[in-house]
Amino acid sequence: MEFNDNFILGCSAIGAGLAVIAGIGPGVGQGIAAGHAAAAVGRNPGAKGDVTSTMLLGQAVAETTGLYGLLIAMLLLFVKPLLNK
Amino acid sequence: MNYGIMLADASKIDFMIHGIFKYNFFGHEVWITTTHVCLLIVMLILIIFAVIVNRCLAKAKEEPEGVQNVAEMIVEMLDGMVDKSMGKAAPKFYNYIGTIFIFILFSNISGLLGLRPPTADYGVTLPLGILTFILIHFNTWAHNKPKDIWKDKCSPLPPWLPIWLPINIISDVAVPISLSLRLFANVLSGTVMMALVYGLLGWIATGWPAALHVYFDLFSGAIQTYVFCMLTMTYVSNARGDA
Repeated sequence: MEFNDNFILGCSAIGAGLAVIAGIGPGVGQGIAAGHAAAAVGRNPGAKGDVTSTMLLGQAVAETTGLYGLLIAMLLLFVKPLLNK
Repeated sequence: MNYGIMLADASKIDFMIHGIFKYNFFGHEVWITTTHVCLLIVMLILIIFAVIVNRCLAKAKEEPEGVQNVAEMIVEMLDGMVDKSMGKAAPKFYNYIGTIFIFILFSNISGLLGLRPPTADYGVTLPLGILTFILIHFNTWAHNKPKDIWKDKCSPLPPWLPIWLPINIISDVAVPISLSLRLFANVLSGTVMMALVYGLLGWIATGWPAALHVYFDLFSGAIQTYVFCMLTMTYVSNARGDA
């Protein structure tokens, strides 16, 4: 089946937009992590440094799934793998 | 026809890797790209810094001053980080972790110098992930008996029923891929964001993008460097079995 190039590019753009919806998950996860870290610092202000570094490490790992979505979006927009050259 | 990503002049947006010149390497076409050049610049900066520190440390004094102070501070910080997460295995890994920390940090913040960060190329981060992978498995085999490794690879089920083995192997292979993709995608997203700001806004983008540079280059770069080294150390000390 043959498709118009413009049709494929438009669908790629829609797909890229859908792919970055993956950002919702990490957003919620990082928020939960930051909230618990804030609670932990409130309970034990002396451990602020340790809590902060643990929180940042956990958040950066949680961010990965969102970045996979971003990567797919970038591939669709800039590498254009669906276009038959 | 220009398939721009926006209605504005999309030809000004530039964050791709460019080839500089190509040559034939045993029948393959090999390109020297901007990544190589930026890597060389980063390495030159690090080498010059190392030579200066070496000259200064040749006449080191009991009370540190000047360059010696800075060098001791950096080394103490890196060694302290390794000490904290690797315990008694730490002295063997001071050199490796310190080296990759400084290298990735300088690569990430080289966007401040107007370079395209070398870590925004998957060809740079994948080897780093593969190095971690090799380190993990070397330490696993050097510090554990083959029987225990087999038992661990079949882990939720008993060792005579290796149904779970493929899943465990897949999760082992996923480690370097996720490590390298995390670093790559973070730095790339910063690079793309800065390219969009500079490419689409034109003269409006004067001065204030400095704040964005602080976030995307300095903060994000430093965090990702820390995360990469931290995860490498955690995996390796888990593999050694003496966390």
